[in-house]
Amino acid sequence: MRTTTTAPAVQVSQLTRTFRVRSGVLGRREVTAVDDLTLTIEAGESVGYIGANGAGKSTTIKMLAGILVPTSGTVRTCGLEPVAQRKALARRMGVVFGQRSQLWWDLPLAESYRILAAVHGLSAAREQERTAELVERLELGAFLATPVRQLSLGQRMRGEVAAALLHSPALLVLDEPTIGLDVLSKQRLREFLLAERAAHGTTLLLTTHDMGDVSRLCERVLLVDHGRLAYDGSLAGLSREVGARRVLVVDLAAPTPDLVEVPHAEHLGSEGGGLRQRLAFDDAATTAAAVLAAVSERVQVRDLSVEEPDVEDVVRRVYQSRGR
Amino acid sequence: MRHDGQPASGTVELTVTWLRVHGRLFASGWRRGATYRAAALGGLVANATFGLLKASILTAAVRAAGGELGGYDQAAILAYAWLTQALLGSVNLFGRSDLADRMKDGSIAIDLLRPVDVQTASTAQEVGRALFSLLPRGVPLVVLGALFGGLRLPTDPAQLALGVISVVLAVVLSSLLVYLVAASGFWTVETRGLQVFYMIVSGFLAGLFVPVTLFPDWLLTLAWSTPFPPLLQVPVDVLSGRVTGTAALALVGLQVGWLAVIYAIGALMTRAGRRRLEVQGG
Repeated sequence: MRTTTTAPAVQVSQLTRTFRVRSGVLGRREVTAVDDLTLTIEAGESVGYIGANGAGKSTTIKMLAGILVPTSGTVRTCGLEPVAQRKALARRMGVVFGQRSQLWWDLPLAESYRILAAVHGLSAAREQERTAELVERLELGAFLATPVRQLSLGQRMRGEVAAALLHSPALLVLDEPTIGLDVLSKQRLREFLLAERAAHGTTLLLTTHDMGDVSRLCERVLLVDHGRLAYDGSLAGLSREVGARRVLVVDLAAPTPDLVEVPHAEHLGSEGGGLRQRLAFDDAATTAAAVLAAVSERVQVRDLSVEEPDVEDVVRRVYQSRGR
Repeated sequence: MRHDGQPASGTVELTVTWLRVHGRLFASGWRRGATYRAAALGGLVANATFGLLKASILTAAVRAAGGELGGYDQAAILAYAWLTQALLGSVNLFGRSDLADRMKDGSIAIDLLRPVDVQTASTAQEVGRALFSLLPRGVPLVVLGALFGGLRLPTDPAQLALGVISVVLAVVLSSLLVYLVAASGFWTVETRGLQVFYMIVSGFLAGLFVPVTLFPDWLLTLAWSTPFPPLLQVPVDVLSGRVTGTAALALVGLQVGWLAVIYAIGALMTRAGRRRLEVQGG
């Protein structure tokens, strides 16, 4: 224990994983999902791991957890060798897969925690204390006796997070934790994760398509592209580098030709014959107020909203800026 | 106290921890079995119906053979017919398992994220569910058989106890065998073919349709060289008292031997398979 608390949460060096996939009738082709990845995550960091679908995020996480064997390169998670020391690692690491359940589907939610407490060898006192803490902070009390299959998605995700944290892991990996959740459920989950990290110093690593997750939860962003690390730094730095754009959506009083000549803004599209128009702008070059003022000079604006940049947009701009 | 989640040291404590974990997993399987009452009732009706058919066909065969067939008289063949049906809900002769589904849809990833052995953990849950099935599907058939079907169980408590042990061993052995079918999923995505093969071969060689003693010599030899007779033929013969004394003990010993062999094969497959696994889905 002494040696591993100071070890980096994740230490990956020249990590590569290829898959052989069928191509055509007889042919087989090698696909490189993770390509020569090198990175270190210190204990206590909170890191967003983002990239397009198929960029190699889940493959990396499976190798970090010891579920998948690397083709080459080395992985150390919590100072351990994941495949050889799978069980020891499982005691230090918790994983939430947004699209898979680790709960016992046909049993009451509370039963899953009793089973997991036994599996992780928690003492009776520790089990009681930790379960009570998670039930209170994730507000699970109302449906602890409900079979998991009858829970709403929001309830189940809170249940999943509690299951992953029951054994107080030093590293919590969340794979698309907020996928499909409504705004309020997302917000509650993020607040809980921030509080959990503040209280226990848990290292967070999350993959997501939701820029809100990254901006609320992560101090550091890793962006992968085709299995390679394309960016490593702060979210603000990423926005500076690629100019993560926000989008101003305006509802106009009358149908208007496309607003293509607004300074520092790019017209993305129009609906309803020009009644609603979408304009992308870069925070570094202008402000929402300036774009709105420029639009108002031309037409009467009835309503407006500002969309925050999404991961896909950021990723696309990184790719563009690197000449892909 | 192991607050930091460190594994226990010392053989005794390791054993206690192992029993606590697998006891809990066994209990979870038991409770899951208890969830599906309607399915259990359906299974009972089906098993009882086929029990009646089997009893009348086999008693007719014994009568036609002059009152004795392959070592079975009228009473023994009735016990055979009802007890095989009673065990059908618990001894897995279908080859299907939760784990096979979890392999296919990628949920196996979740199992591998827990500090337990996949083989023993999934077997504990399967055994829990299978033994629960004895309550809604096994016991009622024994009672029905005794009341209406001419089933007689031995009155010697030692023989009955050995019979119960043999039943439990058969259930555990079948769960370990089905684990092998599921674990082949480490190598191929689709294990349905193997499952169907297992279903056909295991039922036949276990003595589900007719006692294996009715087989021609070459087939009888073949059957006894597989782990299948210990799934059904053995527990039924021991529980019904057709085989007694040291012969019965030898049969239970055979079950224990197969248990060890099949467990070892499963453990080797797990170890090799983990290096091959490509979890399905993102």
